[in-house]
Amino acid sequence: MAIMEYIDAIRLAMKEEMERDEDVFVLGEDVGVKGGVFTTTKGLQQQFGEMRVLDTPLAESVIAGAAIGAAMYGMKPIAEMQYSDFMFPATNQIISEAAKIRYRSNNDWSCPLVIRAPIGGGIFGGLYHSQCPESVFFGTPGLKIVAPFTAYDAKGLLKAAVRDPDPVLYFENKKCYKLVTGDVPETDYVVPIGKANVLREGDDITVISYSLPLHFALEAAEELAQEGISAHILDLRTLQPLDKEGILEAARKTGKVLIIHEDNKFGGIGGEVSAILAEEMLYELDAPIMRLCGPDVPAMPINPPGEKFFMLNKEKVKEAMRHLALY
Amino acid sequence: MKTITEVVMPQLAESLVSATIDKWLKAPGDQIDMYEPIAELITDKVTAELPSTLKGTLVKILAGAGETVAVGAPICLIEVEDSSAGGQGPSTEFHAGQPSAQPQSQVASSGDQSMRHRYSPAVQQLAAEHNITLSLVPGTGLGGRITRKDVLAYIAAGGKNEQAAPAVAKAQVQPSPVQPLNMDPQVAVRTTGLHLSETPRIPQVEVEGQAIPGRGETFIDVTPIRNTIAQKMRQSVTEIPHGWMMIEVDVTNLVVLRNKLKDEFMKREGVNLTYLAFFIKAVVNAIKEYPIINSVWAVDKIIVKRDINISLSVGTEDSVITPVIKNADQKNIAGLAREIDVLAKKTRDGKLKLDDVQGGTFTVNNTGSFGSILTQPIINYPQAAIITFESIVKRPVVINDMLAVRSMANVCLSLDHRILDGVICGRFLQRVKDTLENFDAETKLY
Repeated sequence: MAIMEYIDAIRLAMKEEMERDEDVFVLGEDVGVKGGVFTTTKGLQQQFGEMRVLDTPLAESVIAGAAIGAAMYGMKPIAEMQYSDFMFPATNQIISEAAKIRYRSNNDWSCPLVIRAPIGGGIFGGLYHSQCPESVFFGTPGLKIVAPFTAYDAKGLLKAAVRDPDPVLYFENKKCYKLVTGDVPETDYVVPIGKANVLREGDDITVISYSLPLHFALEAAEELAQEGISAHILDLRTLQPLDKEGILEAARKTGKVLIIHEDNKFGGIGGEVSAILAEEMLYELDAPIMRLCGPDVPAMPINPPGEKFFMLNKEKVKEAMRHLALY
Repeated sequence: MKTITEVVMPQLAESLVSATIDKWLKAPGDQIDMYEPIAELITDKVTAELPSTLKGTLVKILAGAGETVAVGAPICLIEVEDSSAGGQGPSTEFHAGQPSAQPQSQVASSGDQSMRHRYSPAVQQLAAEHNITLSLVPGTGLGGRITRKDVLAYIAAGGKNEQAAPAVAKAQVQPSPVQPLNMDPQVAVRTTGLHLSETPRIPQVEVEGQAIPGRGETFIDVTPIRNTIAQKMRQSVTEIPHGWMMIEVDVTNLVVLRNKLKDEFMKREGVNLTYLAFFIKAVVNAIKEYPIINSVWAVDKIIVKRDINISLSVGTEDSVITPVIKNADQKNIAGLAREIDVLAKKTRDGKLKLDDVQGGTFTVNNTGSFGSILTQPIINYPQAAIITFESIVKRPVVINDMLAVRSMANVCLSLDHRILDGVICGRFLQRVKDTLENFDAETKLY
């Protein structure tokens, strides 16, 4: 076991996978010589050479398109979108090509591709460096989407994504890069895709979330425990496909569900989770399903008070959790 | 006055969560200007000077050289001259981060009980499974709501739970800013048969009723318009002591006049020249002579209205509406005929605007149009009187000891006996009668 930062865990996963499998390679803007704007790919080009760590033009559609082609030919590309905000030019490649190849070719072809993209705000990044694009890709069958919140999950999910036979979007949270540290085994392990993870047992309220807000929820739960409120916390881990069983099991523990995500509320993942609950367990609900999300405004503001207003934090999460517990 | 303010570690670059202080450029006691560098910082990305965001004196360094400090954490204290009066220094900001837990009231079972009878599906399911009478279960949720946990605790305690309220109950609840709707069905909302304050439901069935199988009855939902009519009628009949009079009018000459003009009028104006237009003209003339007819009872005084706005009863299949001819005294017969036509069409098409039905001071009802020869109208509250114009029928009439066949019509008046008496109303009706009988071939429409 080693204590390391979230970003180091991502780098370690790529390094290990590239060592394990010669077909794995990395491509993206500034991933080679510079080692990535966040240093996520630092040292990989020195270790694996220019042919396996490719600096690409500033054209996300090309990055995704080239990676899809390589994947169809049996390579295992890890394509980096510098910020998930820059991912939208590649949307057509991802949604209309990568997601559909297996289906379209009647199982003859597959696309074992990983696209890494940093999501989230609170880093003084403003409109174009803070977005959460989950909802854009979420409704696309054929894609898998994962979103780790700890260093352990960051490594394990990335390894699982590389080994998955289909395209996986890997949404890493850029605020977590250096904020989050934790134990990461140096052994070869994977965190299974499609399985939610219970982080905390409780019987008053169930909190369902993913990525950064889970840290707020865990801290808030700790403090609320002193008020006599016991929270059950579920990390979705995989956003597509959602772990329906896991969600229902967690919700049944308390009958009161709070869904939290930084992506804005309307059309977000919370809506789908709450629809599952409404369809499957209406009669076991003890309170209206509650969502705490980013506001429905076009983007994260650049001014600090605006950013603070937009971002979730422990206090906001705690307030919502308490509100639901008292209902 | 002076306040001590913290300087915090700024976010120097994206994705940075902390920075290390390389060295301090200022020592405690030093004067610091706005934007003057106070320390040098090292981060993964950059090495930078930290400019002061305040002007004042450095009081204390909280993080020494070589220490790594999280973004947002304080690194030093600066004493600032505060020009603004009062103790509202920036230091109050430190309290702002606390959750707003102070203005909270203890939720006691005797407090707000508005959600006491609002059962969630989970609670109902558990109660059904375990055969529990929910009224016996203590509720610890918001507004006295019985939570799922309350039921579980009740079951665990063998169904006779007295005070085993779960831990949540001891937590505090924030008072809601708005008084919530009372969801307690034991508090009756509807007190009488006719519900006056609530907007009635939109009916599920417009014309047809819902037949109840096995019973010879049909339920028809009350429409909003029907509800309004019911409300107004009841108010009028209960509040206003109605008096009633009738007078007989010989309209033979009017019939002749109208028959002479109606085709030409239709051609020129495109609307029907109705008897009603003549009748309203006669009524308006009479009101001008007896303005008290155009008034409202106001308990300790009578309000006489200057404007003569005639409410016109227009019936539709399932209701009656009274659109208003504003300033009817300023219109000639042709103008009235046109106005009547427009309002009647609007009413039947359901296109009346609020403005079209407001401000009436006296009501005219053309009951003759549906064949009646005698009606006892209910006053259009809060007006003082209502007049009807009945069917024109040919009758043998004695004139100068000779029998003649004349076109006769009755005119009926219901009056608010608090305001009006027989004498004044008799004169008023006589005036209407005179005007109607004096319409002849020479009468001008314009």
